[in-house]
Amino acid sequence: MRLLEGEGLTRHFGGLAAVAGIDFHVDQGEILGLIGPNGAGKTTLFNLISAALKPTSGTISYQGSQITGLPPYKICRLGIARTFQTVKIFAHLPAVRNVIVGSLFGTGSRTSGAEALRIADEELEFVELSSLRNVPAGDLTLAAQKRLEVARALATHPTLLLLDEIMAGLTHTEVDEAMDLIARIRARGITVIMIEHVMHAIMNICDRIVVLDFGLKIAEGTPAEVAVDEKVIEVYLGEEI
Amino acid sequence: MNAFRDIFLTGLLLGGIFALVSVGLSLQYGVARVLNVAHGEFIMVGAFITFWMLGSINLNPLVSLVITGPAVFIMGLILHKTLFRRLMDTSPSLDVFEGKSMLASFGLLYVVQNLARIIWGSDVEGYNFLNSTVTAAQIPLNRLVALGFVIVLGVAFYLFLARTRLGKAIRASAQSPTTAELMGVNIHNVLAICFGLGLGLAGIAGSLLSTLFAIQTSIGLGYTVIAMVVVVLGGLGSITGAMIGGVILGLVSSTVTFFQPSLTMIAYYVIFIVLLLSRPKGIMGK
Amino acid sequence: MKTIRMTRNRGITLGLLLIAFLILAFLPQVTSGYVITLLIDILKFAILTVAWVVFSGPSGYMSLATAAFYGLGFYIAAVFSGTFPFPVLVIMAGAVAFVVALGVGALTLRLRGVYFAIFTFALVLLVQNVVLEIERVVTETRGRFVDTVSTEGVYYAIFIVFVLTMLTAVLIRRSRYGLALQSIGEYEEAAAHSGINVVRTKVLTFAVSAIFMGMAGAVIATRRTYIDPYIAFNLNTSFLPVLMAMFGGMTNLAGPVIGAALFTYIGEILLTRFPDLYMLIFGVVLILAILFMPNGVLGLAQRVWRKIRGGRRAPA
Ligand SMILES: Nc1ncnc2c1ncn2[C@@H]1O[C@H](COP(=O)(O)OP(=O)(O)OP(=O)(O)O)[C@@H](O)[C@H]1O
Ligand SMILES: [Mg+2]
Repeated sequence: MRLLEGEGLTRHFGGLAAVAGIDFHVDQGEILGLIGPNGAGKTTLFNLISAALKPTSGTISYQGSQITGLPPYKICRLGIARTFQTVKIFAHLPAVRNVIVGSLFGTGSRTSGAEALRIADEELEFVELSSLRNVPAGDLTLAAQKRLEVARALATHPTLLLLDEIMAGLTHTEVDEAMDLIARIRARGITVIMIEHVMHAIMNICDRIVVLDFGLKIAEGTPAEVAVDEKVIEVYLGEEI
Repeated sequence: MNAFRDIFLTGLLLGGIFALVSVGLSLQYGVARVLNVAHGEFIMVGAFITFWMLGSINLNPLVSLVITGPAVFIMGLILHKTLFRRLMDTSPSLDVFEGKSMLASFGLLYVVQNLARIIWGSDVEGYNFLNSTVTAAQIPLNRLVALGFVIVLGVAFYLFLARTRLGKAIRASAQSPTTAELMGVNIHNVLAICFGLGLGLAGIAGSLLSTLFAIQTSIGLGYTVIAMVVVVLGGLGSITGAMIGGVILGLVSSTVTFFQPSLTMIAYYVIFIVLLLSRPKGIMGK
Repeated sequence: MKTIRMTRNRGITLGLLLIAFLILAFLPQVTSGYVITLLIDILKFAILTVAWVVFSGPSGYMSLATAAFYGLGFYIAAVFSGTFPFPVLVIMAGAVAFVVALGVGALTLRLRGVYFAIFTFALVLLVQNVVLEIERVVTETRGRFVDTVSTEGVYYAIFIVFVLTMLTAVLIRRSRYGLALQSIGEYEEAAAHSGINVVRTKVLTFAVSAIFMGMAGAVIATRRTYIDPYIAFNLNTSFLPVLMAMFGGMTNLAGPVIGAALFTYIGEILLTRFPDLYMLIFGVVLILAILFMPNGVLGLAQRVWRKIRGGRRAPA
């Protein structure tokens, strides 16, 4: 079943088309990888889906209905949560308060304070940050901050989760932990779109991959198909896929 | 037709003055990130130093520019090296610094204004200087002289920014402080110099203004407000924008004053607010 | 052990608050004159400062519009002076300030950082000039007269508004709005993407804080007998609460109140002893406070206190 579908999505910045007429979709329960060189338009596509930016043209539909033009908080409450490439945490609030924001405001139904706290602690447990729950988020390591963002997003009870480079800047062990985390998120029935430059992770976890370059979709398919695609190899010339 | 010409000329002359009043503020905010609410107070200081030197040693107001400019520049340097530098070091982010420095500059406003009142009193002062009119257009000579100075200053300033090493460092720092630092620019010195230059320009503006208008130790805030309107009009931090914004505001001012003088201030604020809401980056911004 | 200490601390705080409340409530019965006049001034600034902190503290949006709403209260009191009884005037002022702030907030709260600050700064001057022009055209005068109210009446009015302000501030801080505002102040974009309706949260809190500014204006106007736009919409009214909040510290609500009280009291002394130096010293104090007391006097006191106790425990 189609969960999210974009048609002819375009976004210009001045003269630059960061995203140029992209069609894409995600199916329920799937993990979709989004790859492409720096500046390809991956983050911009996330910004369009989560309504951080308005598309210059094109439409997005979610669970069969149009969501183009809705404000970000409504998108979140409808079940689309996201993380950010450069972490955007509430630095002076304790970790648990960061997550409570998600469970208190993001679920789409009115949550009581006690209930929000319970959900927040659950999600902290899920991303293995329970021991740091009272530490101000700004004092956490980068890896922990990225997991905190995931917990905050999960606390909104999303149907679709957008992960923007949660493995960038992590050590090998931390990357493995992140892969495990994504597998466990999928096991909860949450659909995931992930942007990542860590190729072995993408190739291992994703069911399907979309490749962007200069705002255009240049390839799409299973990891095996994408890995041998000529255009993709050209774009990633010299890199190991 | 004649009315139209008069409005245009008056507006242009006034615009030049507004531009002069504002360029300094634009520099202070654009590079040093201090939205200096006390900007107008230094215009007042420049004006009073000029007035005082005219009275005591009969120094020509146009000559005293050479003293007020550097004097106020040095005040700016010292202020930045002590006050704003420390605020910068203790602020966790640029936003926090901008907020704190604006508040600190408000404190500065009180200090400068009241020191000036203690020294110079609170009476309205003024003197006559070149106020015979140029016959053709009934334009006072002093206004023409002031405009001439503004243009010369503008060109000199432009050349300074474009050609000299320091000017280039300033422009680089305005673009990106980190890159500038990587290129070997001592960022703290540049910021201090920019703040000082901004104040120095205010001092010079004060000298020129004292040849045109009556002065009083309380005139500062009015000029600060004009400078803010102009700077927002041209885009916060854009020097060229401040020049153009000044002229536009001058024209608006002369037009509105022609029809209904009491609406002039309201016109400023309405323009200011509408612009801020519709084009927060200014008319020159993208 | 820890919880026992906390409940005991809370008990002490509540007890102190109750005592303060009772003293303030019965004071006019035992004294009058200077003390009451000073207290009216202190309470006025405490209201403005706390109301300012309610919105600007957590959200980080530095509003300089306080004078606009306060002045609005002045004019409501002046225009309808004699038409309605005093309490109705005060409530009206709060309501009008609320509605106006809703409009202003909806228009301006998408401006960020320093732009928002200068917008609100200009707003005060705009309103001042517009009122001046309206008075010139419509009434052909500059100022207006306001019916006075007894000092005791004014005192109780401002006291009630103060209590309301404190209650509202505490409620907002404890409610979901408090957390929403705080996360907006920390990272607005992340707040929006976590399901917070940032526009509504900001506009509503901004407007609620304006209620008390308007009410304070209407109460104080009756002490003035004569008002004009320069008195009503005075930029100092916008800046002073910010300074008092910074001076007192904003980590909890006691900070702004202490800041307002100390500042007003010191100001009063300066004004009587050195009227010429008053504003000068005021400016110097302000700059020093910003430079050396990032968390206000309260933060300073806490730091000293921890030092005295040997810093055995990490701050909670
Ligand atoms: N807010 C913006 N304003 C102007 N240009 C932008 C903006 N956001 C993105 N761009 C430009 O759009 C293009 C695509 O950027 P985007 O961040 O989507 O790339 P990306 O694929 O996520 O790259 P990376 O792998 O480096 O994160 C880039 O050229 C970028 O400079
Ligand atoms: Mg990206």
